[in-house]
Amino acid sequence: MAEITLNSLAHTYSDNPTKPEDYAIREMQHIWHQGGAYALLGPSGCGKSTLLNIISGLLEPSDGEVLFDGKRVNELKPEERNIAQVFQFPVVYDTMTVYDNLAFPLRNIGVPEHKIRSKVLEVAEILELSDQLKRKAKGLSADQKQKVSMGRGLVRDDVSAILFDEPLTVIDPQLKWKLRRKLKQIHEQFNITMVYVTHDQLEASTFADKIAVMYQGQIVQFGTPRELFENPAHTFVGYFIGSPGMNFIDATVTEKELSFGTHTLPLHPLLLKRLQDMDAQQVKVGIRPEFVHVWDGANDDAFLVDVDFVEDLGTYKILTFNFHGILMKARLSEDQKVPQGKAYVSFPEQWTKVYVNEFLVEVDHD
Amino acid sequence: MTKVENNKAWWLVMPVFLIVAFSAIIPLMTVVNYSVQDIFDPYTRYFVGTEWFKQVMTDSRLHDALIRQFIYSFTILAIEIPLGIAVALMMPTKGRGASLALILVAIPLLIPWNVVGTIWQIFGRADIGLFGAMMAELGINYNYASEPMHAWLTVVLMDVWHWTPLVALLCYSGLRAIPEVYYQAARIDKASRWAVFRYIQLPKLTNVLIIGVLLRFMDSFMIYTEPFVLTGGGPGTSTTFLSQSLVQQAIGQFDLGPAAAFSLVYFLIILLVCWVFYTTIMNMQKDK
Ligand SMILES: Nc1ncnc2c1ncn2[C@@H]1O[C@H](COP(=O)(O)OP(=O)(O)O)[C@@H](O)[C@H]1O
Ligand SMILES: [Mg+2]
Repeated sequence: MAEITLNSLAHTYSDNPTKPEDYAIREMQHIWHQGGAYALLGPSGCGKSTLLNIISGLLEPSDGEVLFDGKRVNELKPEERNIAQVFQFPVVYDTMTVYDNLAFPLRNIGVPEHKIRSKVLEVAEILELSDQLKRKAKGLSADQKQKVSMGRGLVRDDVSAILFDEPLTVIDPQLKWKLRRKLKQIHEQFNITMVYVTHDQLEASTFADKIAVMYQGQIVQFGTPRELFENPAHTFVGYFIGSPGMNFIDATVTEKELSFGTHTLPLHPLLLKRLQDMDAQQVKVGIRPEFVHVWDGANDDAFLVDVDFVEDLGTYKILTFNFHGILMKARLSEDQKVPQGKAYVSFPEQWTKVYVNEFLVEVDHD
Repeated sequence: MTKVENNKAWWLVMPVFLIVAFSAIIPLMTVVNYSVQDIFDPYTRYFVGTEWFKQVMTDSRLHDALIRQFIYSFTILAIEIPLGIAVALMMPTKGRGASLALILVAIPLLIPWNVVGTIWQIFGRADIGLFGAMMAELGINYNYASEPMHAWLTVVLMDVWHWTPLVALLCYSGLRAIPEVYYQAARIDKASRWAVFRYIQLPKLTNVLIIGVLLRFMDSFMIYTEPFVLTGGGPGTSTTFLSQSLVQQAIGQFDLGPAAAFSLVYFLIILLVCWVFYTTIMNMQKDK
């Protein structure tokens, strides 16, 4: 059990890194609190596995520190860190039975055989492997093998944390859902810190209380699924979370408002002041399709835009419209009138986010 | 699906059949021919049935050669297989060291059999050879020309020097095929170095080791050149293995009938041992 702190952590695979792109992990500061169920979400190649391997000690970071409960562990080998890690592709010891596979991590630390037995049976029960215990691991199917790999992570109750690196990739969708529930239950039962790596937002939000979104070697936002949805701290979060992703449009900051050429949008005075202080003239404005307001008729706040097309997705529709040459999307509820040719849309101030250099500019409204 | 009867397809197998016939079956039949007849010249021949086989099976010199042969083959296997694995485990895996190690290990494999014999013949002499001189320096009265045990050990040493690299290279390629994640998982599971070898490396080496054992068994079972060059099978009969006996019989005494019968028995022994070994391993691997 431990709180894991990443202190000015950075990592590069290159021998003489010169530019930020040479870093798989760009300098970051982060804390995984004891007992949390976390997801680490990001596209392929953004550095998720690298970060996990640094936490478990398989990889030594080029810069910065890893702390467990405030103690530096950089110099400790994975064997000395008491951490469990489950990899993307199943790793089983072919010549051993399923039982021996599950018992292996416990035998290695000299747990007495009767304790091993009860723990292995317990974990096998949870993972529905009880009737496979006597089989050789070699003959198992891919998803059974992955259950065994996960089981080896779960048998140890001495671990500080369990790290899962896209563990359900090889598992079919139905079982995937079931196993994720299982993991969640195990988390609630044992209160172990779990970090779950995935590139699937749905997987992340069903498993985790808090999600760390990673992009180009950085954690760009750490928050609840709701926070990521309502208040993306980085344009990448807006784009990656939600479906369809956030709309973005370039705008200029004038003396009293945002301007998109012929259209303007009023800004909260505090936000306007902040932008002027930052001397930001070119900004990106982001608004989620769910928050774009589509009116039935003309209105003081609404812009008149051209409708491109409407997609019917069953319980809701997605309206694509052209706003200053940019295609934007709005979500229409089932019973809403579908505009033809032209539409009146508005961007409620509360949901209109302003980004400078891809990061959200926030002000305290109270 | 209904099966289509089309016997013309058999013609496609014809080329393979012809190649096998000419390369293996016909030469073998010549030997069979000799083994059941007494042939004096192309016109004078008598059918003798199993006569030659009986003679071969009861020949005590051949029995001794066979026993020597088995002891020799098992000895070199018992040394070369573990040593080959150990060498492969110690070879560097990355960078320039890896290529250098590969070249160094592979060098003995490039040397022809008779040259290996000659090298060791000189190398082992106390007067002009480094190895012989070294043994003398250590106070060991090493002389392969007069001491049967020394000659036998020299032949073993030659084989180990010549062929351990083959086992090592096979194992090296087997080890390289193990994904890094297996080693990572083992570290997370706190496995000892021994456990990593026993449960990850050795199981993944099984297939290359089967090939290694079969190749080394067959090859060592037919060893001829090295003892021939070193001492001609002596001193006494200490390094007279099966091939040597066969040649003595076929060429030395020109007993082609018994020699042919002997060849067939020899061939069957190799086939039998390989088959037994292979089936045993395959059965052991089956999921119980
Ligand atoms: N062993 C390695 N050597 C060199 N570069 C690597 C290595 N492993 C990963 N990388 C690079 O580091 C970046 C992050 O990789 P990784 O952590 O595996 O990403 P993810 O798990 O998010 O897909 C990628 O650009 C990848 O090419
Ligand atoms: Mg990865």
